[in-house]
Parts: sequence; structure tokens; C-alpha cells
Amino acid sequence: MDVSMTVNGKAVSGGVEPRTLLVHFLREDQLLTGTHVGCESGYCGACTVHIDGVPTKSCMVLAVQADGADVTTIEGLASNGDLHPVQEGFWERHGLQCGYCTPGMIMQAAGLLEENDNPSEDEIRHGIEGNLCRCTGYHNIVKSIEYAAAKMRGETPPAPEWEVAE
Amino acid sequence: MTTTTSALGGVVRRKEDPALIQGHGVYVDDLKLSGELQAAFVRSPLARADISSIDTAEAAAMDGVVAIYTADDVRHLGDLLAQVPVGKLRPLLADGRVNHVGEAVAMVVAETRAIAQDAVDAILVDYEPLTPVVDMMEAASDRTKVHDDLDSNIVFSWAAHDWWGGVIDLPDPRPGIEAAKQRDDSVVVSLEMKNQRLIPVAIEPRSVVASWNPGYARFEVYSSSQIPHALAGALGKTFGLASNAVHVVAPEVGGGFGAKLNVYCDEVLVCFASQQLGRPVRFTETRRESAVSTIQGRGWVATTTMVGTRDGEILGYELEGVADMGAYTQNFTVVIPLLGLWVSAGQYDIPTYWKVDCVVTNKPTTDAYRGAGRPEALYYLERTIDAFAREIGMDPTEVRKKNYWQSDQFPATNNTGLAIDTGDYAKAMDLLLDQADYAALLEEKQAAQAEGRLVGIGISSYVEICGFGPSVLSEIGFGWNNYGLPSSFSGSGLVRVNPDGSATVVIGTGPSGQGHETTWAQVVHDQLGIDYDRIMVHHGDTTESPMGIGTFGSRSAAVDGAATYEACQKVKAKAAVIAAHLLEAAVEDIAFGPGGPHVVGTPGHVIGWHEIADVAYRPHTGPDGMEAGLEAHAVFSPGNATWPFGAHLALVEVDRDTGDVEILRYMAVDDCGNRINPMIVDGQIHGGLAQGIGQAMFEEAVYDETGNLLTGSLVDYPIPTAGDLPSFELEHTTTPTDVNPMGVKGIGEAGTIGSAQTMVNAVVDALAPLGVTNVDMPLRPQKVWQAIQDAQA
Repeated sequence: MDVSMTVNGKAVSGGVEPRTLLVHFLREDQLLTGTHVGCESGYCGACTVHIDGVPTKSCMVLAVQADGADVTTIEGLASNGDLHPVQEGFWERHGLQCGYCTPGMIMQAAGLLEENDNPSEDEIRHGIEGNLCRCTGYHNIVKSIEYAAAKMRGETPPAPEWEVAE
Repeated sequence: MTTTTSALGGVVRRKEDPALIQGHGVYVDDLKLSGELQAAFVRSPLARADISSIDTAEAAAMDGVVAIYTADDVRHLGDLLAQVPVGKLRPLLADGRVNHVGEAVAMVVAETRAIAQDAVDAILVDYEPLTPVVDMMEAASDRTKVHDDLDSNIVFSWAAHDWWGGVIDLPDPRPGIEAAKQRDDSVVVSLEMKNQRLIPVAIEPRSVVASWNPGYARFEVYSSSQIPHALAGALGKTFGLASNAVHVVAPEVGGGFGAKLNVYCDEVLVCFASQQLGRPVRFTETRRESAVSTIQGRGWVATTTMVGTRDGEILGYELEGVADMGAYTQNFTVVIPLLGLWVSAGQYDIPTYWKVDCVVTNKPTTDAYRGAGRPEALYYLERTIDAFAREIGMDPTEVRKKNYWQSDQFPATNNTGLAIDTGDYAKAMDLLLDQADYAALLEEKQAAQAEGRLVGIGISSYVEICGFGPSVLSEIGFGWNNYGLPSSFSGSGLVRVNPDGSATVVIGTGPSGQGHETTWAQVVHDQLGIDYDRIMVHHGDTTESPMGIGTFGSRSAAVDGAATYEACQKVKAKAAVIAAHLLEAAVEDIAFGPGGPHVVGTPGHVIGWHEIADVAYRPHTGPDGMEAGLEAHAVFSPGNATWPFGAHLALVEVDRDTGDVEILRYMAVDDCGNRINPMIVDGQIHGGLAQGIGQAMFEEAVYDETGNLLTGSLVDYPIPTAGDLPSFELEHTTTPTDVNPMGVKGIGEAGTIGSAQTMVNAVVDALAPLGVTNVDMPLRPQKVWQAIQDAQA
């Protein structure tokens, strides 16, 4: 079957088997391997992308279901070489270790902050509940998102814990 | 030459991150080799059965299926290698008998993954079911034997006073402990506790692709492995090749936690298939396969007894346990309890009898999962101390402090005959209690209890053994000899100053998120003064690093870090000669600071590394007789392991009506010696805590009576989400080790080793007013609710 969609601002098309998942179309046909596969069952969130601006687990969507959609992957999140505030936050606040869940986590967090740029810690924690990380214990992911939220509000992010502590 | 004082301890942003946050990190499944084929496996649906036939005809006829292999095709390669090959070794493909659900029976190789999976579904296997032995205590009874060719299901026993075949000859502590129990003034408590089986759940499923080049007679292998050099050794040994004829690369690895500290059948089989078919062959496991065919962790039951006086002096501690090895012995399977044995008495100078039997069952293999033996040992000990403290009505922190090794007793020879390098246990506990304002917490708890709320405080101390390690341990199988690597646990660091003055560092580790590129660049920057941004660190590649063991057991900084530090000293020694020549100064007067070498007292007048390198690579411009080039390699073999330690505290509230446990606060004081990058150290602790708390609260590999895993998906096997955990409150003390030149101990596993018992102690403390003395992990609401009901009945 033929599918056409916009991926990271570029019109793309291709022929796929009906059973092809969007994540596999992105990774294998479009060679956008930043979107990861962790469980192929919608639990881990490593494959989260934006479909028409909404964070979506791309292992739960068939490629043909995304026909005509506007898809943004982690590769398309930075603009003109400038990191998205969430990307910057993850770097500044050690929001990642192995990096495998990171693209999905960043896409989910970016979507969360689009909805609410001043979330409480509790809102952040529940907002990323559908994305699993096995490395960080989420502590610094929360700090990273708080950093990004402050930046998006035009405020100075809270100081990192390690400078406060030292 | 003057050596600069180490100024490590700074926080820098990670070098790893720009790629990873933009989707440019390259994991194994992101790499595609030209012409690669895809493998998939037929897996057993039964825990124990004889295979009467395998019909591959329909599958073989499918378009796009290239090959199908069964045991007949690969038997000549032998079983999967293991370091301590007692018990039953795993056949590469089930050979007449399957011994756990998920065991690989046949391998399909096809043009695409979908075709391979379709072909798997078309293969018909006839099984004659046999009675499986699922429960480990049932296995220990030997009523039904798992393997016909083993004398007993108990394949090995570890005892803390006699673990090295008489090399360390310690008296049996039991008579003394028995005598203590008979004393009029002694108190005895006993507990039976489960430490449940866990699934590691690295978010990246394992993936491997192998390519055999018959012209070069060499394998190229990309694998999501924590141990690339060991994998090369094992593959070389299996295929009759030197280890250097197997080039293994572990690129970005998406979490390991011990699950990738193994050589797997699929890694051998894709090599075999590539050799047969002349094309690269890939296998990437599904999440479900990861649950049944990658190693699992923990899985112990034990009975503990503690005897002591009413004023808190512990007179003896006993543990008799059974550890579930699963069906087959893999890399370190039978060795895992040894790691627990070494810390069986924890931070305490107490007579300890400790014995663990290793049993086989019809379940997947267990092996190292974050902490590996040490969380189990500390769990049992620290739970028992709390029970003892409660029995004598003494504060649990006071009992602990009363029995600690004191700071002036180090090196302290513990109950296993090993020497703990350095420690100051009371200091860590005091800091914890100070930070927590323990007195206020106790009042808060009492006030809550007076209102009928179930609030509890959990305390735990831990000592860890890590930084492996002394090469002598290979004599008892704790090494890599059976993978054809006599290099034991030594670390490797190669430091090369390039002709342009930048530096390339190659280490023998296989990190999976620990930030080695950052940390090692800090070390080299600190030692040589080369700009952090001009230092590139390579790891996980068996042809780049002369040797390596990998990343596990909180060892990388303490061993490969030390090797790199030593290599830096060699580079400095040579650079100092060149600098002295250029500056017309004495070598002894050359010091190293930011930017490069300079004469002592004139740090502003630095000779750039590009100038030093220019001389080094054009030797006629340097001192007479100088050897060209500017690089050094060091192998570091430590004289001892390192022994980090700490103290943790949890404050919880249990909902009386639902059994739900809320973590109100979690505090940890950890001492890993000197910290190279405190940001990364804290991150390691956070992740470790999440895994220990995950065990305490949520995780369990549950099998039904037929040996079927009931928790093979992430919905049945709930690892913690962000909403399940609190923010953590961390503090540290710093007690450097003298085992390595940087004074670093290791931090990868500490959070896990200290936390599960802290959580359970807190919940038991919360429920103690109801008369509850024990609840087994995981503390899911239903179980906690039931404990409340039972206590009130």
C-alpha cells in the first residue's frame, strides 16, 4: 500500500505492507533511527513521536493510519540547529544515561509542555508515566523538564542540585 | 617532573548527550549491514518436555526463508560457555529436551524479520511433556530431578567460612553462635524471607548482527553487550579462532544492568549462520523474548537467625538459603551467591554463618542483575537486624552503630577472610540521621500513629564489594578463563596524544549509560591539561582496546579508570622530557596544568600539547635518543576489590484500607570514595534506587505451576514509572580507597544494594503496631492489605 505523510517538515511517501507499524516505516524506510523500539506493545514509550502535534506511540499506529499526517520525530525537534528547550534541559540536568528511552521521553515531555508550560512536579511525573526509563529513576528527568519549562516561560531555570549541594 | 594534585570532582555536561538527545545515537539495531538476513527463534511453550519431532518442511518452503537450523546443525559447536561450568550447560539449541519455557528450539534465517517470524509460526514441534520442577524448594528436595545426568538439583553450595577450597581457612562459626543462643541473657530472632526473581528490563532489547568474511577469516560482530572483549573471546573459543579474529563492537548500549553481561546462544548462532550463508545475520529480541531468554536475577529464599544481647550486641547471625539458578548455567550463574557471601556480614563485626545452596529448576537462567548477590545478602541481613532491634526494643540505628566496624579498624578482615579496604560507617549513618532530622521523624511517626495512621521509617546500612578485581579470583572461576581470556579482571587504558595535540583515549569497558566518555575525558583533562573538548574517548571495541573486560560490578572507574590514570603518568613522563628540552629546564621542574606542561612557578608559560606532539612525532627535533610517538597503554590489576558503603532511610505511609504504600521521603548517604563527576555519581544512585525500590514495591517474575512466566510483558511486570517514585535526597561522605591511585570505589550498584530492605523495613515498621513482623516483596497493595487483615484477624 502507498502512504504519504510529512515527516519533520518533508513530504515523504513509500509502499508498505498493511501490517507495517509507523515506527518501522520511520526507522527502516525513512532511516530515522532516533525513534526506538522498546516493547512493540505500547507500554514503554521509547517510540513516541508527534502526530499532528500530539505525542503518540508509533508502535501502536500502522504506517497506513498515518497517511496524510504531519509527523515529527526526535530528529526534527531542534530547529535550525537550536536544541528544543527539552533537549537542552536533558543535557543540562543529566536527564539521560543510556539514551534509549530519551527520544521518546523528550517527545512526550515536549508535548506535555505545549499543554502546560508551568507543571508541578506531580504533573510532570504523571505526564510522563507512559514512558519508561530504567536508568535515571526519573529524578533528573523531572529536573530536566522543570528546566525546559522555565526556559519556555522565559525564566531562569532552577540551579542544578550539584551546585546547590557543593 | 612534578605530579599535579588531582582536581577531579567537577561537573561537566556529558559528551555522550548531543547525539543521544537528537536521535543520532547509534545502537545495534540502528546499524544495517549490506545484505543482512534476519533470524527468529522457535521457542518452547513447555517448561520440561522431550522433543519428539521438529517439522520444518512448510517453513522451509516459504518465500524468503533462507535457512532453518536445529540442534543437529550446531551440536558440533558444543554448549554455551560458562565461567564455572557446574550444573547443566545450555545447548545452543535444545537438544532432545527443553528445560524452560522460551528455550530456543530452532532458528529461522530469512530475508526479513516478518518472514522469519511467519516461518517460526509454521514450524511444528511435537513435545512429550514431562513434570517440570518450578519451585526452588521443591527442587532442593530432589524429589524430581531437573536433569537426568546430574546427581542432584543442588549443583553447588557456598559457605562464608569455607568458600575457597581451604585457601582461606576459617573456623566454622556455628559452635560459637550456638553457645550464644544458650546464654541466659541472649535474645534470638528468626525470619524466613523471599527475595523474588526479577527481570532486568533494559529498555533496549538485546540485538546482535554478525558477518563472517571468509577471505579475512574474521567475524565482525555488533552486539548490545556489556562485555565485548569477553564475547570476542567466547566466540573465538567456540569457533576455533583466536580472539583477535573476532571483532566485536558494542556501540551505544541501551541499558544493561547485568542482562547484557553474558554471552548468549543467539550471539553464537548468528555467527554460525553468517559463516554458513555468507551474509550478515541479525537477531533482535522482542520484549517477550527478552523476558524468557535473557537472564533473570535474584530468586532466593532464606531463613535467617540473629542472636544478641538486650543491650544490642549482636552475638551471631546465621543464614541458610536456596538460590534458583534456573535450568542452565551461563556466564556467572553459580558465582552470584559468592558476591553475596563476601558481604554476608555487611558493615558488622559479627560471627556469621552463611550458607546458600544453588539449585536448578525448569526456569530461565539467573545471573548478574544490578547488585548480583549483594542486594540479596544485604536484604536478608538488614531485615534481620531490624527484627532483632524490634525484639529488644532498641532503635535500629543504635543497634547498627553498636556493631559496626569502627573507622580505626580498617583494613578490616571480615567473616569471609577478605580485607575491607577503608570505611567509616558510623559517619555515614550519623550524616543520614542528621540530614533526616531523625528525632523529628520519630516524633512525626509517633504523632501519625497516635492518629491511627500507618507511618513507618526504614533504615539500612550496606557495604558493597566491587571494582573487580584482583586477578587471583580467577583461580576460583571468578574470571574469564573459560571464555579464553586469561586477563581476568584487569582494566585497560590507552592514552594517545595525536599529532595535533588532541587526545584519543581507548578503554576496555562496555558502558550502557554510565557516561564513560565524559568521566574519562575528565580524568585525562585533569592529568594532562588537554582541553576537555579535544579529548575523545572510545570504548566497547575489541580491536581498538588492547584488552578489556567490560562494564559491570561497579568496576569501570576503579579499574579501567586507574589504568587510564597510569597511562597518563607514562605520557606525562615522556612529555616532561620533551618540555624540558624545549624550555631548557630540568625534567624535575616540569609540572602539568591547564593547556599543558610548564616550568614549576610559571604556570602562565605553557607549552601547548600540539608543540609537544610535534616534537614527539618528529623525533629529530627532540632530545637525543627519544623514541618517536606520544602514547601509552597501561593494564591495571588491583590488589583488592573496593568496598563502598552507605546508609539509607525511607519514610512511608501505608493506606490501611487499600494497602497502598506511599513513599514520603527517601534519603541516601553513599560513600564511593572520591567522586570524579558528582552529577554522574548521583545519576547512578538515582537509577540504582529505582531498581531496588522497584524490587521492593512492584517487580516479580511470576511462574505458574507449569513453569509458564505470567509476567512476560511490561504491563504484568511493572517497572517503576515516574509517578511511582519520589525525588530522592542524596548526601555523601568521602572515604577514598587505597586500592587504586584515584581513590575511587564504584557507584553503579550501590543504590540498588541499599534500597530494597530500606523500603521493606519501613513498611514493616509502619505495620508493626498491628503486629506484622514480615511481608515479602514485592509490596503490592493486595499483599500489604492481606498482611493488615491477617494481623487484625
